[in-house]
Amino acid sequence: MDFQIALFLGQDGLTNGAIYALLALALVLVFAVTRVIFIPQGEFVAYGALTLASLQAGNVPATLWLVLALGVAVALLDGVQAMRHGSTRRLPRIILVNLAVPALLWLVLGSADLATLPLLVQILLALAIVVPLGPMIYRLAYQPIAEASVLMLLIVSVAVHVVLIGLGLLFFGAEGTRTPAFTDGMLDLGVTTLQYQTLWILASSAVLIVALYVFFGRSIYGKALRATALNRTGARLMGISTTMAGKLSFTLAALIGAFSGILISPITTLYYDSGFLIGLKGFVGAIIGGLASYPVAAAGAILVGFLEAYSSFYASAYKEVIVFTLIIPVLLWRSLTSHHSEEEE
Amino acid sequence: MSTVSEKPILLEATDLCVSYGKVEALHKVSLRIREGEIVTVIGPNGAGKTTLLSCLMGLLPGQGEVVYIGRSLGNDDEVEERVGLGLTLVPEKRELFADMSVEDNLLLGAFDRYRRGQRDYKVTMDEVYAIFPRLKERAGQMAGTLSGGERQMLAMGRALMAKPRLLMLDEPSLGLAPLIIREIFKTVARLRDMGVSVLLVEQNARAALQVADYGYVLETGEVSLEGPSSELINDPRVIEAYLGLGGKH
Repeated sequence: MDFQIALFLGQDGLTNGAIYALLALALVLVFAVTRVIFIPQGEFVAYGALTLASLQAGNVPATLWLVLALGVAVALLDGVQAMRHGSTRRLPRIILVNLAVPALLWLVLGSADLATLPLLVQILLALAIVVPLGPMIYRLAYQPIAEASVLMLLIVSVAVHVVLIGLGLLFFGAEGTRTPAFTDGMLDLGVTTLQYQTLWILASSAVLIVALYVFFGRSIYGKALRATALNRTGARLMGISTTMAGKLSFTLAALIGAFSGILISPITTLYYDSGFLIGLKGFVGAIIGGLASYPVAAAGAILVGFLEAYSSFYASAYKEVIVFTLIIPVLLWRSLTSHHSEEEE
Repeated sequence: MSTVSEKPILLEATDLCVSYGKVEALHKVSLRIREGEIVTVIGPNGAGKTTLLSCLMGLLPGQGEVVYIGRSLGNDDEVEERVGLGLTLVPEKRELFADMSVEDNLLLGAFDRYRRGQRDYKVTMDEVYAIFPRLKERAGQMAGTLSGGERQMLAMGRALMAKPRLLMLDEPSLGLAPLIIREIFKTVARLRDMGVSVLLVEQNARAALQVADYGYVLETGEVSLEGPSSELINDPRVIEAYLGLGGKH
């Protein structure tokens, strides 16, 4: 391997690693707050990218129907619960969030000439369609069993993953798509060239990671999510509802997933089922962080990116095997170094 | 209805029953808390004191009637809603956010009020720091590194950040040194003067009865005795069972 290739692979590794890092952070967040191992994280990557591609082709993305359907289901469930509770004052909000917003999206999508919209508007629309799926899925699949064991929640995750993959095939077909780069062209650095899209990915990931850091470190809602992760009972006693925390963490995870998909779809062809493998690599990073430490998870995910890039050069056929084998020494090291404290539940 | 000296009722529980599966932990417990009063529930280990508080806070479902400021509370009313109504519990285990700073713990105590648009948490925090100056010294420290007494102060301070109408304290003296216990009880009395009603559950019967206005004795899930604290503290049955020989002072 000469320097040129090493540099090229390093660039590739860093780009993928940045995306894995984002997904790893989302996985740690969801697990810490809700104890859900969020296998469908990757589906949001694919849904985000394919919804954008579908918008750019001038079609109304089929994911919109899913938002409408889930919105109706959530509104029914929450509506009936609120009525039984006798708290009719909650109804307007339930209807607004779950029915009015998706319907408004439908109107906008139906009336605009989607293919000719500026890229930024298309991206915002794609996010507006895909991100609400996060809290809706939480409400329907996880909230009713929020107190169940981690294993049970994991089983539900597998089910949600399978359903979303199937729906993805139905919505987008088996064809893969790519979306145009945010900015075309290459940056010549002398020793190597960088695609502008690569810079977009690195910069956006960095901005998003810093934004998350500020959110968790400074805002009261971010602190409330951390509090729920640290001590669920304590948080409830402060009026921080487990449901609110769950929905908020799923919203963030959906946003991170969908945005990651939108970032990488100009450099990789994404299929309806591509998200799974991408999500799993983020998961390896999250495991390196013990599903608890954000910085270690992010660093681990970047390591996964590099490992993948270099192993695709040395042993391209075994690239996935090498990446996923990494989890074994990590688990071994974690089981040897971690200790249980008595006070933890 | 009530005489002039009697303050309005803040919370009234009637025939409260709570069961863990087939085991009944509380049997037809009735109690009444008036505004600006300290009411204490004393009794031995396992009498159901913590269960009573958990049920009033909505952590455990129960049967019977609970009326709080004229509003009936049912099992549907979740903990988070009760916090919004001004009920706050400081649990026996404190349930602090160990890996967060003292200041962040306090801040989250005001979460519910913040969510409702009351953004004056800084003012409340200064009030809490005035009550517990020690917390101000420790503001940047992680809650998990505090001493037992400081942890109890933080748990109480965090609860006060919610500006509760009824503060429920579960065994605030548990595991603390006598000097600190005295300080904690002094604070409880001060809170009453500030207009907060307190439901105090304690094994330390003497300290609790000295500070409280009214007391209940809970034994094996039932109220065996009740009355103004000044009477209970001189009641031979209480002296024998809970205060020991030094009970009369």
